[in-house]
Amino acid sequence: MSNTVLKIENLGITFGGLKAVQHLNLEIKEKQLYGLVGPNGAGKTTVFNMLTGVYKPTEGEFFLNGENLTGKSQELINHKGIARTFQNIRLFNNMTVIRNVLVGLHYQPEFKCGFFTSVFRLPRHFKIEKAMRERAKEILRIVGLEEERNNLSCNLPYGKQRKLEIARALATNPKLLLLDEPAAGMNPQETAELMDIVRHIRDKYNITILLIEHDMKFVSGLCDEVTVLNFGTVLAQGNTKEALNDPEVIKAYIGG
Amino acid sequence: MKKNIKWNHYLNYIIIGALTVVFSAMSLTGTLSRLSYVLLQNISIAIILSVSLSVVVGFLGELSLGHAGFMCIGAYLGGKVSSLLLPAFGESLINVIISMAVGGILAAICGVIIGLPALRLRGDYLAIVTLAFGEIVRSIFMNSSPESFGGSFGLQTPRYDRTYLFIVGFVVVLICLAVIQNMMRSKHGRAITAIRDSEIAARATGINVTKYKLIVFTVSSFFAGVAGVLYSFTQSNVQSVNFSYNYSIEILVMVVLGGMGSINGAIISATLITFLDVQLQTILTGDLAVLQDFFYAIILIVIVIYNNAPGLKNFRDKYNFKNFTEKLFKKKNNPAHMTDDEAKWNRVPSKILVDEVLSTKIQRDPTASVKPDKEGK
Repeated sequence: MSNTVLKIENLGITFGGLKAVQHLNLEIKEKQLYGLVGPNGAGKTTVFNMLTGVYKPTEGEFFLNGENLTGKSQELINHKGIARTFQNIRLFNNMTVIRNVLVGLHYQPEFKCGFFTSVFRLPRHFKIEKAMRERAKEILRIVGLEEERNNLSCNLPYGKQRKLEIARALATNPKLLLLDEPAAGMNPQETAELMDIVRHIRDKYNITILLIEHDMKFVSGLCDEVTVLNFGTVLAQGNTKEALNDPEVIKAYIGG
Repeated sequence: MKKNIKWNHYLNYIIIGALTVVFSAMSLTGTLSRLSYVLLQNISIAIILSVSLSVVVGFLGELSLGHAGFMCIGAYLGGKVSSLLLPAFGESLINVIISMAVGGILAAICGVIIGLPALRLRGDYLAIVTLAFGEIVRSIFMNSSPESFGGSFGLQTPRYDRTYLFIVGFVVVLICLAVIQNMMRSKHGRAITAIRDSEIAARATGINVTKYKLIVFTVSSFFAGVAGVLYSFTQSNVQSVNFSYNYSIEILVMVVLGGMGSINGAIISATLITFLDVQLQTILTGDLAVLQDFFYAIILIVIVIYNNAPGLKNFRDKYNFKNFTEKLFKKKNNPAHMTDDEAKWNRVPSKILVDEVLSTKIQRDPTASVKPDKEGK
């Protein structure tokens, strides 16, 4: 039996009087692909923001591999092993593709390099820069962007920008990867490619993935379990097929 | 290819180093005029200030209007240290170096003290806080007792031999360049530019934003302090009036004109603006002195318009410094400095006359078919 990577207990947040998310309970096993779906404004991204430390939950806790990370800073949560992508792409636009990934590699312990080591150009600086570039190329190869590595990231087409975001998150060596609408704005062929990439990443790096997506084909093709949110509360939870065919869920989506 | 990139990286050191050697040789032979000494000193100070500010404004993307305040700290404290050291070391190079180090470090400490609370603020608010900081520092020195820092009379500093001061200045410029460029061309520099591009994404990628902001602020204020000490050596009397927010904005103008995020640009614009300023001050004297600011402003406006006017875009693209250096360092057998794709698009005529297209008569190629084909026969 594989062990639990992410455990969310009774998580909730209120903005003033608005209960954005409440009573969320989740348990994600190692190497699982878990989906988080729901109509617009259901609070999916808010959950992500809580898990990455952008928002501090007003109630409940969450644990990564048994360690309580509730209310910790964004940097610390990232160092502990939760990485994310954004719904509105937030790349470092004025930097080349490879530099975007290199930023992701910044805090890896094997690439530790003090400020003065860099400023005085000690041998370690050059050694580490070279190793970092090799690793970045390897990560770019996985998402299929190796050829584009010297282009500015703002010049990439939309689909490739999404892939670059995944590559950058991957560079931080996460245990849990949060993908916020990874297939948005992609054509069917790119979506199929992305599904392969996501599976490949999961197998190669032993990563657990939690994803938000509106493309139901994508979700049912990838995830074995989903949680459906509506107005901040859990509507259905469990096996993907069963949860998505739940009459309540269909009602929430179609409004019947 | 690899060698070319390296040359590009070290070009600014080489140019500044070579110019320093040339000018020091000139000063040894005595061909340098008095005005040139002043000019060179001022240019070296301006370069240090604008390069150190460009890290904050151009690379970190935060607006700091208190750069003159850090310079003021360096000028007063460094100047004081150097006059205290006078009995021990005299007007020697050791005295200069020690007081520059002390001035820079004290300014850097102030940078940390101000930075810790202020860097939680963003954008306009940080600008206001730094602006206030600069004014506070200035008024503290202004109201100090005459025994300590001279108060409104100004601080008397030892009179150094001005002939070698500009050499010291340019050596500091080279050190400043080396530190800042090495920092920016390392993983730390990448983190800093990442913060500029998207702070939220940088945090989510695990960059410790506060730490890096503090580092940038400290390095920047250190060099501002060093520049201040240099400034105090060039003046016999340091007046706090000179460090008003006007001066901060003047440094900011240098950075903005040079192009945000370009160290070479900051160097060039600092040189040009200082040159302009000093020349205007010497040309327009007496009654015409009122016109100094007027011409200064007009020239700045012209430069800004030239840099941004859409009509001049082609001209700028064709004759810019980057193309020039690329031409210098590209291999001779590869005259086209563009990718195949670019070349293809450049060959497409931008304008096709519609009349010409419509009036074109399709001419039969006489050699193709000798006899016109006869239908169905």
